[in-house]
Amino acid sequence: MNLTLLVLVPLVTAFAAILCKGIKQVRVVSLLGALVQLALGITLLIFYWKERGAGNTATMLFESNYSWFKPLNINYHVGVDGISIAMILLTSFVVVAGILVSWLIESPVRPVIRAGMGKEFFFLLLFLSVGAYGFFISLDLFTLFFFLEVSVIPKFLLIGIWGSGKKEYSAMKLALMLMAGSAFVLVGLLGLYFNTDTGNGSHTFDLVVISQMHISVDVQNLFFPFLFVGFGIFSALFPFHTWVPDGHSSAPTAASMFLAGISMKLGGYGCLRVATFLMPAAAVTYAWIIILLATIAIIYGAFATLMQKDLKYINAYSSISHCGFVLLGIGMLTQTAITGAIMQMVSHGLMTALFFAAIGMIYSRTHTRMVEQLGGLLKAMPFISTVFVVAGLCSLGLPGTSGFVAEMTVFIGSWQNTNTFYRIATIVACASILVTTVYILRAVGQAIMGPINSARYNNLADGTWNEKLAASVLIIGIMAIGVAPFWLHSLLAPGAKTIIEHVERSIAIQ
Amino acid sequence: MSNYVYIVLVPLLPLASFFLLGLFGRKYFKTSAGVIATGILLISTVLSFYIAYQYYFVDGKVDGVYRQIVAFKYTWLEFYPGISIDMNIILDPISIMMIVVVSFISLMVHVFSLGYMKGEERFSTYYSFLSLFTFSMLGLVLSGNILQIYIFWELVGVSSYLLIGYYFEKPSAVAASKKAFIVTRLADLGFLIGILILAFHAETLDFATLIQRLTTPSSPQLASITTTSFLGVSFLTWGLTLVFMGGAGKSAMFPLHIWLPDAMEGPTPVSALIHAATMVVAGVYLIARLFPIFAISGDAALSVVKYVGVFSAFLAAIIACTQTDIKRVLAYSTMSQIGYMMFALGVSGYGHEEGLGYTASMFHLFTHAFFKSLLFLCAGAVIHMVHSNDMDHMGGLRKFMPVTHISFFIACLAISGIPPLSGFFSKEEILLAAFNADKAVYILGLLTSGLTAFYMFRLYFSVFWNKDTIPHNAHEGTLTMKVPLVILSVATVLAGFVPFSTLVTSDGNPLPSHFSILFSIAPVALTILGIFLAAVLYKSANERPAKIASSLGGLYRAAYRKFYIDEIYLFITRKIIFNLIGRPAAWIDRNIIDGFMNFLAAITAKISERVRGLQSGKIQYYTLYFFAGIVGLAVIFIYMRK
Amino acid sequence: MNEVPLNHVLFVSTALFFIGMYGLFTRRNMITMLMSVELILNSVNINFVAFNKYLYPDKLDGVFFSIFIITIAAAEAAVAIAIIINLYRSHHSIDVKDAEEMRF
Repeated sequence: MNLTLLVLVPLVTAFAAILCKGIKQVRVVSLLGALVQLALGITLLIFYWKERGAGNTATMLFESNYSWFKPLNINYHVGVDGISIAMILLTSFVVVAGILVSWLIESPVRPVIRAGMGKEFFFLLLFLSVGAYGFFISLDLFTLFFFLEVSVIPKFLLIGIWGSGKKEYSAMKLALMLMAGSAFVLVGLLGLYFNTDTGNGSHTFDLVVISQMHISVDVQNLFFPFLFVGFGIFSALFPFHTWVPDGHSSAPTAASMFLAGISMKLGGYGCLRVATFLMPAAAVTYAWIIILLATIAIIYGAFATLMQKDLKYINAYSSISHCGFVLLGIGMLTQTAITGAIMQMVSHGLMTALFFAAIGMIYSRTHTRMVEQLGGLLKAMPFISTVFVVAGLCSLGLPGTSGFVAEMTVFIGSWQNTNTFYRIATIVACASILVTTVYILRAVGQAIMGPINSARYNNLADGTWNEKLAASVLIIGIMAIGVAPFWLHSLLAPGAKTIIEHVERSIAIQ
Repeated sequence: MSNYVYIVLVPLLPLASFFLLGLFGRKYFKTSAGVIATGILLISTVLSFYIAYQYYFVDGKVDGVYRQIVAFKYTWLEFYPGISIDMNIILDPISIMMIVVVSFISLMVHVFSLGYMKGEERFSTYYSFLSLFTFSMLGLVLSGNILQIYIFWELVGVSSYLLIGYYFEKPSAVAASKKAFIVTRLADLGFLIGILILAFHAETLDFATLIQRLTTPSSPQLASITTTSFLGVSFLTWGLTLVFMGGAGKSAMFPLHIWLPDAMEGPTPVSALIHAATMVVAGVYLIARLFPIFAISGDAALSVVKYVGVFSAFLAAIIACTQTDIKRVLAYSTMSQIGYMMFALGVSGYGHEEGLGYTASMFHLFTHAFFKSLLFLCAGAVIHMVHSNDMDHMGGLRKFMPVTHISFFIACLAISGIPPLSGFFSKEEILLAAFNADKAVYILGLLTSGLTAFYMFRLYFSVFWNKDTIPHNAHEGTLTMKVPLVILSVATVLAGFVPFSTLVTSDGNPLPSHFSILFSIAPVALTILGIFLAAVLYKSANERPAKIASSLGGLYRAAYRKFYIDEIYLFITRKIIFNLIGRPAAWIDRNIIDGFMNFLAAITAKISERVRGLQSGKIQYYTLYFFAGIVGLAVIFIYMRK
Repeated sequence: MNEVPLNHVLFVSTALFFIGMYGLFTRRNMITMLMSVELILNSVNINFVAFNKYLYPDKLDGVFFSIFIITIAAAEAAVAIAIIINLYRSHHSIDVKDAEEMRF
């Protein structure tokens, strides 16, 4: 299976969208492209399982390697393992849902987005997904960085043009902070590059090759913070998380879904695949800082969410809290904890996309996101309210949804460390489920339940076909993981095992 | 031994009903939802009874001892080898007893709701939630893995949240559902940490293996968990106490009981099912499930169970004497009776005669389910008739609702412990177990049973005797509302004669039943005293209750206000957690961290403003910079050459 | 007869150079600025010729270079005056203060 298809299909779809005439053609083309991409992702999963079933135990499958820029030894090297496939599937689900939610973007009856330019909107969304897919399949550090950068500018445009509230400020803040993150990542990558010696004085960017080399501990300790902080900024590492509330809240619905659902996972994936995998000794040295910052993010994010009054800000701060679990799992450095971290990436991606979709549906009808002004929506819009409640229940980790599975795996994996500091961090992380419950139930109780707050809410229309389909796509994903987690676990565990083996080997060498 | 795999159907049928009614109920099954749900549940109930018959009387015993049978096992999520969440179904005396109780009471509530909830707009949603609850509870009691029970524990909590908040347009119902979920979640936090501790040290999540590893004196896991300690308390005690915290929250033990009275905002049949007979006993069930560990290795934790149980029983009884809302009285009475079950476990030992408390607790769980759900359903009928929950609006209703009257009377007799009704037998066993183990607990239990008789008959007399009122509805309710009352009354009368101690014991060895007339004199005498006192004060309308209340002054007021525990909780959450932690967190984020980023941006802007002055457009300045540059370069080159 | 020492010639050319610089920086009339630029160029010319005559009397490189400078100065003056004429046509002034639009 040629992995470059995963990058080409959305790229072709994006340009085809530009060439279409009229918004109707544009969205049909975009949806078709996204569905083809989803089918590709599922096919990839099936092929992957067949390969593994046939006994292929190579770390990365379906590799292809083309030379890009020979003098600097930059190659276009792609390949997947279980972790990448999980992220690719996540991206395809969220993109399909995002396109469906933005269907009525130029409808004169109920415009989801104020400005016109629907064509450009879909183009940018698809272009974003190109960056994400490329990032997840890259096995060469430069290619990885290339795709990371591809995805930053479309975000800026999407928020700045189609956003709401203080969109210019949020767009600028998001773009600048993510660029700063990329700058750190670049420093880290170059540091790694110049310290890899493949004989006769040349260096390499190749991930697989570097992972088998032995990089000196001092170099690792010097460059690991750059890489981890750089990727961490993408994943809302405390204290670099402030782009998340404004960025997610000012963005249009589909962009919020993509930002929170996928873009934050780029960071987590990078932390795992690049920082921890390639520099395991440093990962062990810095583990306590990572755990400290992650725990602060979890509990501090949860408490900050309590005080928010805007639905989108509630979801944005809760994303900071949930992504803290990802970093916590990575910091704990046990196989179960890392598997849990990846599961949390997938689960949170689906959940937050669903939540943002529900909030977007509510906003487009009631034109307000402030919780105090909403009320009694369950009576007026039962389907959308149910979607909102389901997303909320997944957020608080109800068994039956993917949130429970992911969080429980992280907890059990984290508890395996007997160090008292780690144990306290785990207990604090556990305590956050209570705070999550409080703010979710407050939002649900105020906005969804209760008497109808304003007479005009009585006549609101419930979900249209595209919104129902979008919600169903995401809920199917959440339930599939929540009710039958074994398939996801078996997909991710080998990848996590490889990373842990690296860490253990590096500890043994010392 | 027969194959019990078909027991999987017992919880799965209600689950199917949930999906069917939840997804399609509004459109297709608007009025037939009740009948469909009840029909499906009837199949489950019949299956449960059949399995009970098979297990208890046909082949459950091996060498005369009831053994645990694993009917079904599936690895759901393996964290690492040895620790996995399995979907197990285990059959042992208490799980079989529970599926009988749960399915039967649920069936009664389903039938009752056919009449009570008739005409509701969201009729099918109600039944889908009831089915979800039944599925969750049945799954809970059949669980063989501690994280599996946690999963169903949470599902039960969510069903309760949905059902309490059924009348979601009432702000009080919304608040009550939130409170219930949050308080139980707090308890679940303790439960979760307890699970983590126990699982880590015992290296397993499976109940049978967990019990075996933590009760065998020579096992390495027991050694590791008892020797490692934190803050001077061994991890075993921590683990068991935290697990008990989870159970205490679900079972409304002090101080996590505040949600139960508020949960009465839900429809009354829901209160009958969830908050009387089934969900609230989940905590007791959990301790019973882990009982061998508590009894053999965890004395400290078991004492906590005992003291919390008896204190909750006593406290709830005092508060119940002052409440005027019929459902709140019943709610506190539930808390009190569950306290009985808890301290019965707390005073129990393990094995043979020592395990009397265990048997007594389970027996009381069994009988309590019948008479408490009967009480609630009768209360539902009364509320349906009077359109109010307040006892002051009720009186003399015996003339209008004979069936309800007799049923309520029977249930009151049962809960007060009057022979030969079921409550008498189960309470006697509990008091006997307490007498043998801890005299102080026995005294408190005795006093509480006197108070129980008093407040229950206070309720009975105030509703059915006392003053005469004319209710709104003159008719008693449909047939579907009367039939469950009759069936439950019969069950209440007969349940005491079940030879319970031969069927359910702490280690599976049947015990002969303990019944001593001599011992029963004290409790029954106290009970009759309580009934007499209630009759004197409440049978006919008079001034005596008000005079007694005012003479007790502050004590009465405090009890009426539930000892201000709710206010304390509100204070802690609002003033401390929200104001001292939440607000500063949000403030720091907005002003300090964000402020720092904005500050960086502002600095960049200021610098840029200064620097752009260089592009002044004045050609002479440009020439100046040009020459200055040349001079600079010249100096550098001249001095660098050196 | 005593020769004029090289230093004296260099003083003259340096003085001319700085006078020219001063004029370039402070005069407002563009023609006057042009004249100052010519002064600077000519001071450089003096330098070249002086060095040629005093240090390398048997070569002519410096003189050649100063011929170049004269030629280029002439061309540059022509171009500068053309620019000034165009500027006058649009701004109606040859004051340098009126031509400051190309700024931030």
